[in-house]
Amino acid sequence: MSVLTEGGPEPAGSPGGPGTAGPLAAADAASRESPPAAGDPSAAHLDLTGDTAAADGAAVAVHAGTGAGAAAFAPLPRRQPPRRVPRVFAIRTPIPRPSRLALTALSVLVPLALWQLLSTVIDGRPDYLPSPAQAWAAGLDLARDGLLLGDTVASIRRVLLGFGLAVAVSVPLGIAMGAFQAGRAAFEPVIGLLRYLPASAFIPLLALWLGIDEMSKVALLFLGTVFFNTLMTADAVRRIPGALVDVSYTLGARRGEVLRKVVIPHSLPGILDAIRVNAAAAWNFVVVAELFAAEEGLGYRIVRSQRFNQIDRIFAVLVVIALIGLTIDIALRLLRDRVGRWTS
Amino acid sequence: MTGTLCLKAVGKDFTRGWEQVRALEDIDLEVARGSFVCVVGASGSGKSTLLSLIAGLSRPTTGEVLLDGVPVAGPGPDRGMVFQTGAVYPWRTVERNVAFGLELLPLSRGERAARVDHYLAATGLTGLRHALPRQLSGGQRQRVAIARALACEPEVLLLDEPFGALDVQTKEDMQLFIRRLWHECGTTVIMVTHDVEEAVFLGQRVITLASNPGRVAADVTVPLPGERDLTVKRDAAFLGVRAEIEDLVRLYHHQA
Ligand SMILES: Nc1ncnc2c1ncn2[C@@H]1O[C@H](COP(=O)(O)OP(=O)(O)OP(=O)(O)O)[C@@H](O)[C@H]1O
Ligand SMILES: [Mg+2]
Repeated sequence: MSVLTEGGPEPAGSPGGPGTAGPLAAADAASRESPPAAGDPSAAHLDLTGDTAAADGAAVAVHAGTGAGAAAFAPLPRRQPPRRVPRVFAIRTPIPRPSRLALTALSVLVPLALWQLLSTVIDGRPDYLPSPAQAWAAGLDLARDGLLLGDTVASIRRVLLGFGLAVAVSVPLGIAMGAFQAGRAAFEPVIGLLRYLPASAFIPLLALWLGIDEMSKVALLFLGTVFFNTLMTADAVRRIPGALVDVSYTLGARRGEVLRKVVIPHSLPGILDAIRVNAAAAWNFVVVAELFAAEEGLGYRIVRSQRFNQIDRIFAVLVVIALIGLTIDIALRLLRDRVGRWTS
Repeated sequence: MTGTLCLKAVGKDFTRGWEQVRALEDIDLEVARGSFVCVVGASGSGKSTLLSLIAGLSRPTTGEVLLDGVPVAGPGPDRGMVFQTGAVYPWRTVERNVAFGLELLPLSRGERAARVDHYLAATGLTGLRHALPRQLSGGQRQRVAIARALACEPEVLLLDEPFGALDVQTKEDMQLFIRRLWHECGTTVIMVTHDVEEAVFLGQRVITLASNPGRVAADVTVPLPGERDLTVKRDAAFLGVRAEIEDLVRLYHHQA
């Protein structure tokens, strides 16, 4: 920039520059009022330094005085400045670590305390609403018998099979729908319709077709998640900016290379988001599937405990279901954050 | 000689709802190898459309675009493109962005790395080679996009308002930078801009498009020496050409 020296800024010694707040503010208002004459490059250049404008603050202030009165409105009413709020209540503002930890702890402890309170105050009978301690004991019991491990493994295996199959089908299909207009036109109407059929409504049908063993449960999980995951994947893929695709072609990429090296890497974080949401759904469906005709699994354990009126066991299983769901979610979120480090 | 671009009676229609919109009409243009041509015109006059026709990203409705006498059939690495937004791959580091076009070619790893190093150095990005695009400033991102296009050794480099979103100082840095690159690489450059001063400073020729439909309204040869620095912007000759073209843009804008 050293090339431009003539008429360059020499604001350091300009009179009335920094320190005099009044003219500065007035000059600011005036510069909004009247931009410097276009076409006169030296004037335009001078304006780049704020201090020069302040130098003739007095002249400018007069200018602003006449200019501001032009509109025939009464002065705009001003509102009281807002009350200062603690940072915890400020929108999208990072909060101190202790506050965050405290809030997180509370979000677990308060429901737990309520549970304890309800179980003692409202009822008291151990077989109606067991306390957390009773549920914990029942859980330990189940674990000691080896039932808990067996049930958990059975449920997880079904999720891996059913949801894994759904992912294997829905991700390629979703990419095809997101990347090609033809794919969208061909599949979106029918999938958009199918996803509104509640998967649980298929249970009787699946039992008739596939029997009451593993097949029908895996199929239910598949049906319950495949349509949503397809549509959400397609949405994630469609979010790619057109310029990114166009520029890839001008760099010599072919269609397949654009898909492989541009479209898929760009949509991967979005695809993982979809998988994370639908993994939660899959985990719900497996319990539903096991409520009917199963020999093991966490859902089966709930039904069986109900039959023997072991309500504390039901609670123990519910807690285990929640904890495993949370673990799956956290694992997928970590994976997503790793893959999508370039976002945000 | 390679790198001569020729547009013959090129026209482009779009359908917007039920009606046909003529974005470009009867464009005849010849751009010699190694020249620097700027295209100015009011918003909507078809500047971007013109570039995308040359890039092969869209097909002309009438006429044809020829590169060295061969009709342009589609996009390819012989016509590099830099978009206003940069369009760098956000998940790739600077060096992997620059390497993109080279990864598609049968080059040895060493040769690819050497070429990437060369273009990183030419664009002053060596120190930022491992950065992700979100960590870069707007000007740095545009330099990545330019380095990435140049690494494919295009015969023609197409720039669509590449410095439109930059502040004045960065913009002037980038103008000097693109002139230096042009001298070093000898590529034909066609640059769209709405900034007439920029067009006159950079271009050997400035083409003004008229709106509705887009036509070539004027083709002005800039009477300035090949070697220019920023002081040229104060020259009487410079200011004269600049005023002339600004008037042209205004004139053909109001005609719409
Ligand atoms: N895909 C499209 N479909 C319909 N009309 C389009 C399309 N692309 C461009 N147009 C129209 O063609 C005309 C030229 O557009 P273009 O984007 O080339 O203008 P431009 O000169 O680049 O404008 P700007 O300076 O604002 O970028 C405009 O009227 C625009 O509405
Ligand atoms: Mg444009």
